[in-house]
Amino acid sequence: MIDSDVFVQALQDIGFNFFTGVPDSILGGIIATLMERQLYVPAVREDEAVAMAAGAFMGGKIPAVLMQNSGLGTSLNALISLNLIYQQPCLLLISWRGFEGKDAPEHLVMGQSMPAVLDAVRIPSRTISEPALAEDLKWVAQTFMKQRIPVALLLKKGIVKSIQP
Amino acid sequence: MRPEEGTIQSRARAMAAIVALLSDEPLVVCNGFPSREVFKLGDRPANFYMIGSMGVAPAIGLGVALAKPQKKVVVFDGDGNVLMGMGTLATVGAVKPKNLIHVVFDNEVYGSTGNQPTISRVVRLDAVAKAAGYVNVERVLEREDLVYEFKDMLKKDGPSFLLVKVTEQSEDADRVLLEPDEITRRFMKAIE
Repeated sequence: MIDSDVFVQALQDIGFNFFTGVPDSILGGIIATLMERQLYVPAVREDEAVAMAAGAFMGGKIPAVLMQNSGLGTSLNALISLNLIYQQPCLLLISWRGFEGKDAPEHLVMGQSMPAVLDAVRIPSRTISEPALAEDLKWVAQTFMKQRIPVALLLKKGIVKSIQP
Repeated sequence: MRPEEGTIQSRARAMAAIVALLSDEPLVVCNGFPSREVFKLGDRPANFYMIGSMGVAPAIGLGVALAKPQKKVVVFDGDGNVLMGMGTLATVGAVKPKNLIHVVFDNEVYGSTGNQPTISRVVRLDAVAKAAGYVNVERVLEREDLVYEFKDMLKKDGPSFLLVKVTEQSEDADRVLLEPDEITRRFMKAIE
């Protein structure tokens, strides 16, 4: 399990300095750390969050957006008709609810379809693993600015330590 | 009668009056006819034109405003757009960026798709913005009032919300003749 402080620091170390999003339990620890560090601007919807990230990018920031995978559905139009075609990159940190069908019913369809949805709109993605974290982040840093499009890191339950005990 | 009695301006005329007051302020324009009209009547490198992603103009503006706190950021929006992304009024009201001016041209219709009515005739968007926490909120009809209030908002700490009642009339304006990635690059360079 990755400590949320370590995870956030690793993102800051590769340049991320603007964070927004909508919470999920899997992302709770990361958001708590971001709020402690006063780096997080809460959004009310995920399409708003990716648009805010687009604006922040154009203003010189390196943005990341946190969301549950249900929010991928909500933000899809903004991602494809704003961030993608305008070449406004952002890192999507998406929690993988419904992974392998082990979750509440509302998460099951997106839990199964998310990789195909991301592929269909050509948003490159990787699933974070603890041993390969450094490599995953290197991939983000390289893909992000080279392709100038949104890229996604998928977080399964338990990968980053959630909220403090 | 619609829009409300006393409205005298077309949206294009109202938008041109504001663009004439700008110097180097970043301007984010919502999708549909507003972007086409501003591109025709007042194109400048610091304009960001949305061609899709309806509803998120103030979210883009908020991102720019937070990244560039020393610049006043202006958003041109429509009533249909605001209604679609109404949650962002709350986000702006909570974050309270001092440097954001949100101008809404309210013609009470979805003008880019054939003038189907919106519900802004019933729902007062200025009252929603006030309740959401915008610091300065004004509602204007006449051109003189528009110019006066906007100049005042340029001087004041925001976030500010200026609701401009306009007619349904649209300019005969082409699509924005810039590629989306070109719009991004040009805008970024202009607001550096």
